[in-house]
Amino acid sequence: MVIETLPARLDPEEAKRVRQERLERIGSWLLPLLIMLFAIWLWDRICVWNEIPRYILPRPHVVAQTLYTDAALLFGSLLVTLKITFLSLLLAVIGGVGLAVLFTQSKWVEMSFFPFAIVLQVTPIVAIFPLINIYVDNQTAKLLLCSWIVAFFPILSNTTLGLNSVDRNLRDLFRLNGATRWQKLRHLRLPAAMPYFLGGLKIAGGLSLIGAVVAEFVAGSSGQSSGLASRIIEAGYRLNAPRLFAALILISLTGILIFLVLSLVSHLLLRRWHESALKQER
Amino acid sequence: MRNLNGSGSPLLDLRNVGKTFSNGVSALRDVNLTIREGDFLSLLGPSGCGKSTALRLIAGLTTPTTGALDWHKALGGDCTGFVFQEPTLLPWASVFDNVWLPLRLRGVSREKAAPAVSELLERVHLTGFENAVPRELSGGMKMRVSIARALVTKPRLLLMDEPFAALDEITRFKLNDDLLELWQDQRFTVVFVTHSVFESVFLSNRIVIMAARPGRVSGEMTVDAAYPRDEKFRISPEYAAFCLRASEALNAAMNSASEPHGH
Ligand SMILES: Nc1ncnc2c1ncn2[C@@H]1O[C@H](COP(=O)(O)OP(=O)(O)O)[C@@H](O)[C@H]1O
Ligand SMILES: [Mg+2]
Repeated sequence: MVIETLPARLDPEEAKRVRQERLERIGSWLLPLLIMLFAIWLWDRICVWNEIPRYILPRPHVVAQTLYTDAALLFGSLLVTLKITFLSLLLAVIGGVGLAVLFTQSKWVEMSFFPFAIVLQVTPIVAIFPLINIYVDNQTAKLLLCSWIVAFFPILSNTTLGLNSVDRNLRDLFRLNGATRWQKLRHLRLPAAMPYFLGGLKIAGGLSLIGAVVAEFVAGSSGQSSGLASRIIEAGYRLNAPRLFAALILISLTGILIFLVLSLVSHLLLRRWHESALKQER
Repeated sequence: MRNLNGSGSPLLDLRNVGKTFSNGVSALRDVNLTIREGDFLSLLGPSGCGKSTALRLIAGLTTPTTGALDWHKALGGDCTGFVFQEPTLLPWASVFDNVWLPLRLRGVSREKAAPAVSELLERVHLTGFENAVPRELSGGMKMRVSIARALVTKPRLLLMDEPFAALDEITRFKLNDDLLELWQDQRFTVVFVTHSVFESVFLSNRIVIMAARPGRVSGEMTVDAAYPRDEKFRISPEYAAFCLRASEALNAAMNSASEPHGH
């Protein structure tokens, strides 16, 4: 990567551009933060102005308080949800990449099995869950399966696309050098598929959390789960709105964190060579 | 100085080679051509006359529909190097790893390959760039990596498909010089595809002129100017005369192409 060095003297236009860039950099995190603060303030005001009772819409500081007082309960539940999320994401990566590799090794395999992957993807998970509920006994396995079905498809379809989008000349080059199937996969197809895979992973990260929460919702209504979703259901029954909000905020923050971590991983892996990770030069 | 035109023993004969694609395009028809050891042979012709197809046939990337290729020496794919029109590097791999690749695919470890890779990088003036990735290099430097990669297996035959067409003239001249130097040193045979009269005359000892629709060989000329050729040759009247002859031959080929041909 070219290291950025500022020349000693900048012409006015260049200086203006640098100033503009710095301003944009600050704005990109300051503005959302301000809007967020404003929204929280507005939320608080709406509660006060309309005298909304706390079991319908609690004021922000009450939610914050609950987050603190119920921390043991909420974070315990968060851990349960996170376990399902990450396990299913891991299985989605293994399953998605594994199937994608299998697909690219044989057109016939792809033609035969890809439609099933699509069927699995387009059928709403909430509709399948009762079946899973009947067939699978183990609670964790149930939630995992559910969350996995939701998360694996973007990885499968993106990785398949990536494995197939190798430059034609590079393919010829490997052929000329007598590369084996394994060498082509290891040195050409897998690295070429990396940006696509990482794009899929970013989507799957969010989906696996959603999958885990939805699965818990369906399972939790029968009182078998201890994840965040069941805390929400429980709080709903008891009209404990502050806890409901606190749990909701935890889920959102978790989703944001997963996205940021996966974006960082993607950036670190691609920054030297892939267009998507390059700093835009103007 | 090096032996010239026709003194090398035959390496490969193309006998009545024709190639028709499944879409009905007849890319080559009745091509007869002998490539001799030590040749720097240019295939010169307008776009679409089947130059790339001819090169891919020689490389074994595709097979002829009619005719045959007769190798006089057993030269497997192992002994040919190929340089594409684009640098065609692995974008995620360093310069070193890109040049190492052909050896790596043959099971040569990084340590074992290092001397050969380093030597070639020095020959193409890229010492110090071992750890750069392709996007950090200019177009000319990428092409140098591509040439180093093609030569790392010490091929007897180097096939090049308009390798410098996308480069600016100054860079192209420099790469022409360096390529000739490598050729004279390492004594491989080159088949060089180009649509530039000037480039073909500067580089080659033999120019095969091709015509389009259908792609065929329409003429051949030898450039019996002595090697090494340098900037002096580029501005000599001798060079200008060869260029004129090649241009005329190319024009004749293109005019004959516009006549109805036995379809
Ligand atoms: N794989 C292919 N399938 C069908 N037609 C092709 C294919 N490759 C080349 N052609 C056609 O064959 C002709 C010669 O192509 P090519 O060898 O690439 O010419 P050149 O390299 O001289 O420009 C062109 O008309 C081109 O469209
Ligand atoms: Mg071509």
